[in-house]
Amino acid sequence: MNLTLKVWRQKDAKSPGRMVEYQAANIIPDMSFLEMLDVVNEGLIARGEEPIAFDSDCREGICGTCSLVINGIAHGGQRGTTACQLHMRHFQDGQTITIEPWRAKSFPVLKDLVTDRGAFDRIIQAGGFVSVNTGGTPDANALPVAKVDSDRAMDAAACIGCGACVAACKNASAMLFVSAKVSHLALLPQGKVERNQRVLNMVQQMDAEGFGNCTVTGSCEAVCPKEISLDFIARLNREYGKALLKGATGHKETV
Amino acid sequence: MKLDSNIPSGPLAQKWDKHKFEMKLVNPANKRKFDVIVVGSGLAGASAAATMAELGYRVKCFCFQDSPRRAHSIAAQGGINAAKNYANDGDSIYRLFYDTIKGGDFRSREANVYRLAQVSVNIIDQCVAQGVPFAREYGGLLTNRSFGGAQVSRTFYARGQTGQQLLLGAYQALCRQIGHGNVKMYPRTEMLELVVVDGQAKGIIARDLVTGEISAHAGDAVVLATGGYGNVFYLSTNAKGCNVTATWRAYKKGAAFANPCYTQIHPTCIPVSGDHQSKLTLMSESLRNDGRVWAPKKKGDTRPANQIPEDERDYLLERKYPSFGNLAPRDISSRAAKEVCDEGRGVGPGGLGVYLDFADAIKRLSLETVKERYGNLFEMYEKITGEDAYQTPMRIYPAVHYTMGGTWVDYNLMSSLPGLFVIGEANFSDHGANRLGASALMQGLADGYFILPYTIGNYFASQKPAKANVSHPEFKKALEDAGALTKRLLSINGKRSVTSFHRELGKLMWEKCGMARSTESLKEALARIPELRSEFWKNVKVTGETGSLNQDLEAAGRVADFLEFAELLCLDALTREESCGGHFRVEHQYPDGEAKRDDEHFAFVSAWEYQGPGKPPVLNKEPLTYEEVHMSTRSYK
Ligand SMILES: Cc1cc2nc3c(=O)[nH]c(=O)nc-3n(C[C@H](O)[C@H](O)[C@H](O)COP(=O)(O)OP(=O)(O)OC[C@H]3O[C@@H](n4cnc5c(N)ncnc54)[C@H](O)[C@@H]3O)c2cc1C
Ligand code: FES
Repeated sequence: MNLTLKVWRQKDAKSPGRMVEYQAANIIPDMSFLEMLDVVNEGLIARGEEPIAFDSDCREGICGTCSLVINGIAHGGQRGTTACQLHMRHFQDGQTITIEPWRAKSFPVLKDLVTDRGAFDRIIQAGGFVSVNTGGTPDANALPVAKVDSDRAMDAAACIGCGACVAACKNASAMLFVSAKVSHLALLPQGKVERNQRVLNMVQQMDAEGFGNCTVTGSCEAVCPKEISLDFIARLNREYGKALLKGATGHKETV
Repeated sequence: MKLDSNIPSGPLAQKWDKHKFEMKLVNPANKRKFDVIVVGSGLAGASAAATMAELGYRVKCFCFQDSPRRAHSIAAQGGINAAKNYANDGDSIYRLFYDTIKGGDFRSREANVYRLAQVSVNIIDQCVAQGVPFAREYGGLLTNRSFGGAQVSRTFYARGQTGQQLLLGAYQALCRQIGHGNVKMYPRTEMLELVVVDGQAKGIIARDLVTGEISAHAGDAVVLATGGYGNVFYLSTNAKGCNVTATWRAYKKGAAFANPCYTQIHPTCIPVSGDHQSKLTLMSESLRNDGRVWAPKKKGDTRPANQIPEDERDYLLERKYPSFGNLAPRDISSRAAKEVCDEGRGVGPGGLGVYLDFADAIKRLSLETVKERYGNLFEMYEKITGEDAYQTPMRIYPAVHYTMGGTWVDYNLMSSLPGLFVIGEANFSDHGANRLGASALMQGLADGYFILPYTIGNYFASQKPAKANVSHPEFKKALEDAGALTKRLLSINGKRSVTSFHRELGKLMWEKCGMARSTESLKEALARIPELRSEFWKNVKVTGETGSLNQDLEAAGRVADFLEFAELLCLDALTREESCGGHFRVEHQYPDGEAKRDDEHFAFVSAWEYQGPGKPPVLNKEPLTYEEVHMSTRSYK
């Protein structure tokens, strides 16, 4: 296959960026999208040009590192698929493909297609955990958990933190990401103790990071490679409302 | 070099408790005075950093990904072992210990493995308390599955995403400590050098991968939790970024490297489809619970799988190893697949594959159940190959997956360099010559949550918190060295890309030092690697500059280290004149093709000691003595 790529190139966080056109020649349909970019980069290196910077690591759809907007859609629009698991057999010979980074105020571009998603880490640091230290925990089977709850918690916990939800949202809202963690922990008895404080702290941090509001358009769910359901946002809203009513238990957990 | 494993005296089952009692403690107020540098945020690094911060130490944690949550541990699919005996099928600490020793082909340390089995039960408790959503039964209790090399069900799992859930548990514990200000996290930062002051590890030199700035970090101890070196083969199931840099540069500063030739080839991976491939994808071993491995009996049989009648199929593992069947350990299953492909009975492109068939399981259990158990793996298979494995059997082939070798450590997980601790896949300690499935996650978390936090205290208790200063000449020198290396890489400006060197090295390693190794093939590799390395330093082309985000430069540094490390791996393989576990020397096999171990001459750990550039390394031997188990010939028949 031969393709034309229009790729966002940006030297660093401070410089302005622009779209640059490249040819991707002799692409094999069995290649993954990132392997196609590898081929283009080898060509650039051979010509002494700087390769296109893009993030990836596991290349099997689980680490959440890859983060490309392909033809205007985060991860390229194949249901439940990260960019690294998207294969070229889904494209047509001769096609033009645009490739851009996540675009959101809270995810500044560092270079080309690489963005800074540190805001997600800071949201988890604000409360996305159960406050247990290592050691002294009860036997794992001491507390039965209904299979439905545990399965539902797992559905939420499957989030890979890639940020596609933010990139897809016209308001750059992080609600799907936050709701996944809040729901995962609130559904399990181990996470219930701190549920009020947790949701308040996480939402507060989310707002501080400058993410937008949720207007329930569902574009986040549509691009989510782990198909995290919009229902979790409804659950987040309920959790948040309840926590506001009940009030915080003290502002931050103390050590 | 004097290697002292520091194994406590006394009966095996009591060693760890006794040691815990005898170790010196650091009082809580003094813990605050000690700085610990943790390189790596996978299961081992994140659990260690979080736990040490909880104890009161001041921790700095580094990783090269943009977030600690993305460490390669995230990719583990199948599960984690623990001797809980929840299945009531006769499991016990002793049985997990014995299975691991036997699975490792009697090349690991008894005392370490026993301790691992002991703390395995605490890991599951810890993870559940953190909110890890392990799979459960309808009654609400945890459920288990079976993994290779065991006849009991002791593997805990979270769908096909066990590593992800365990890592998120450890990551969240780490985040909690970052939030409290007890851990300072450095994502997108790569360790380039270890700093040794007066014979003790006192810090690191690291490069900020965004700004390119190279900086020095001092501490009272350094912990490497930097994962395995499987990417020396270029194609492996490891993430693209996995590398040997941290442990290799520590080796060059005096930390012995143990058993580099013990590499694990996983039997069930998606076969290579072409030269463009950048990595291989694992299909979890858990699939062998229900999938049956077979190949056509006839050579060159090109009929589609469903047109090959039952009596013309060879269910190779069930035939060769009736008591373990499709759950034979990895090294054995991999070789069995290679054997039939070498005979010309392989399937798929190039004849490099065997079938993993679920037709019987679907009949026995229903399509729904198979979907529930393995749905995400079938989807992944479909994405990569475009084939529906519910309809036609999967094609699988062995691929490099895990590395048992690593930095030599004693019972306290301290390397031969005082103050340098190494945990997780980066060390060599518990898996001998072959790791059993679902035991790496167990080891990483055992090291990080339950072992290192104690043993590091014992080290500190005999030290003064003498804050090494980054203005010390050793730091200055290491800073200069690291800067000079990056500059040198950028200045070569040759004709070949970094990847082309990596790919060539990987191919060489796979062919000459992969599933089967011979004196001849290893000598060929040992002749070729230095040539390739010298070509690299003359002709590599690294683009861009040092003062900014430069992925080409990052890769170049890693490949430069692989090009040195590969030689040690082959040398180790050549020196070990026996077959054991993942190390198969064609000269050493029984007439039926089974591995021939030589306990009389090779029951030792090979710990290699660096002697300086261009000088051959020295081989130190740590004898392996078995007080409790009898070294038997491993049989899974
Ligand atoms: C596909 C796959 C599936 C697996 N499935 C299972 C399974 O089901 N069960 C099981 O028990 N095991 C499994 N394993 C093995 C297991 O996942 C790994 O052995 C284990 O997770 C390694 O953990 P770790 O913490 O030692 O290292 P890693 O998770 O690899 O973490 C390494 C860390 O070190 C950092 N790092 C490395 N070098 C540097 C440097 N120079 N500077 C700064 N930071 C650095 C990285 O950023 C990362 O944070 C699997 C492995 C693979 C590849
Ligand atoms: S590279 Fe890991 S999810 Fe794409």
